[in-house]
Amino acid sequence: MTKTFVSILALTFAASAAHADIIVQSTTSTANSGLYDHLLPTFEEKAGFKVNVVAVGTGQAIKNAENCDGDVLLVHAKPSEEQFVADGFGEMRSDLMYNDFVIVGPSADPAGIAGSDNAQAALQTIAEAGALFASRGDESGTHKKERALWSDANIDPLAGSGSWYRETGSGMGATLNAAVGMGAYALTDRATWLSFGNKGDYNVVVEGDEDLFNQYGVILVSPEACPSVNVEEGQAFIDWLLSEEGQAAIAGYQLGGKQLFFPNAGS
Amino acid sequence: MQQETSAIWLALEMVLTGEHDLIEIVGLSLQVSLTATTLACAIGLPVGALLAILRFPGRGPLLVLVNALMGLPPVVVGLLVYLALSRSGPLGFLGLLYTPSAMIIAQTILIAPIVAALSRQVLEDLHGEYADQFRSFGLGPIQTISALLWDGRYALLTVALAGFGRAVAEVGAVIIVGGNIDHLTRVMTTAIALETSKGNLALALALGIVLLSLALIVNALVYGLRLTATRAAYA
Repeated sequence: MTKTFVSILALTFAASAAHADIIVQSTTSTANSGLYDHLLPTFEEKAGFKVNVVAVGTGQAIKNAENCDGDVLLVHAKPSEEQFVADGFGEMRSDLMYNDFVIVGPSADPAGIAGSDNAQAALQTIAEAGALFASRGDESGTHKKERALWSDANIDPLAGSGSWYRETGSGMGATLNAAVGMGAYALTDRATWLSFGNKGDYNVVVEGDEDLFNQYGVILVSPEACPSVNVEEGQAFIDWLLSEEGQAAIAGYQLGGKQLFFPNAGS
Repeated sequence: MQQETSAIWLALEMVLTGEHDLIEIVGLSLQVSLTATTLACAIGLPVGALLAILRFPGRGPLLVLVNALMGLPPVVVGLLVYLALSRSGPLGFLGLLYTPSAMIIAQTILIAPIVAALSRQVLEDLHGEYADQFRSFGLGPIQTISALLWDGRYALLTVALAGFGRAVAEVGAVIIVGGNIDHLTRVMTTAIALETSKGNLALALALGIVLLSLALIVNALVYGLRLTATRAAYA
């Protein structure tokens, strides 16, 4: 009974599966900031197939890709991406574009770090002051970066977990909503921040530190590890992203007169 | 208060201008949740009816189990369906993950126990009233079940609506197995979650108002249908 039902459903949707549309497992920042809405219509018209984006945290995106539930992986956590390739799940990793992380906070600035360009010192001040800090806590690219920053600053924020260190365990937007709601500092990528609609009285308080560099990479899921991968279409999408045209399209995406992502393929 | 007021205006504007994206999302929400409700009724009503009239050892614990399954967390259902439909899962070869079918399957699993448990209660009460009559007619179990389902149809319609309400309102399951893909698997609740995470709270709330209106319309239609049917029956 269940089997018949499932195969009927499968038949119903076999038509749409016949098209070689691809699935991109991606990070939330690229989707929430509107980058794909800017890039994809141009590419899809040229290529003749659809690019379906599943936007989740980097950690979950990598897990999903390892389960073969995607053709292309586009995330921002270089060490994890290299591990993904080393484990045989990906063909090759290419640098795609970058922007930077910023620390945002309330205008009251309880830790007094506004205007700083030293992320390490700022985090130390936050921890010493016991000022609230909202962490993603979800193994996302931003969370991995945040943990690396704490560890560089020789602080174990988990000691303050539940008191001043608040792990929301959710996406960037949800974490920013929570941070604004409770007056906590938060680390976010600049693209999500610029496009975020619920800023309240929040501003960027720390920016411009080299440690806050945020590199995005793109990887074709390996057809050896995952025979279901649409190699031709997935590779065509990656090639376009890395091409002069694709890179120019990325550079051309602006929000409120500000460029959100800076292409750096092949550098 | 400002957010709420602008949300109401936004909702009105979206509905009145009939924005193409909104229509698509509303359409998919209805398609997925109504199909899931139909499938859940096809599974849940017979199960509920059997549980109502049959007496067998272990019936008590089974009823407790079915009732408990009404509290299935959507996110757990989503996770289980994801694991089954993932390319690396047992049903991965079907290629159903990130399609509306996957969302229908997840919602069906979520609400079938609700339909089964509530219809069991409704039909058992009804059966208590008619049991002697049924026996005097010498009805077999299948005839008894058909008679019960027909007699209880209005109450069962409310049961179906409870299932539909649960399906159309849940986000945890469909966001995992559907992936909230634009123009493919985005429904009302996942769109609301997305706009909330973008910090567009007024827009998210406006979509919420549209979703609520949608539930109102579906319920009003069913209510109207029922009124007409009752009038016809007594005319």
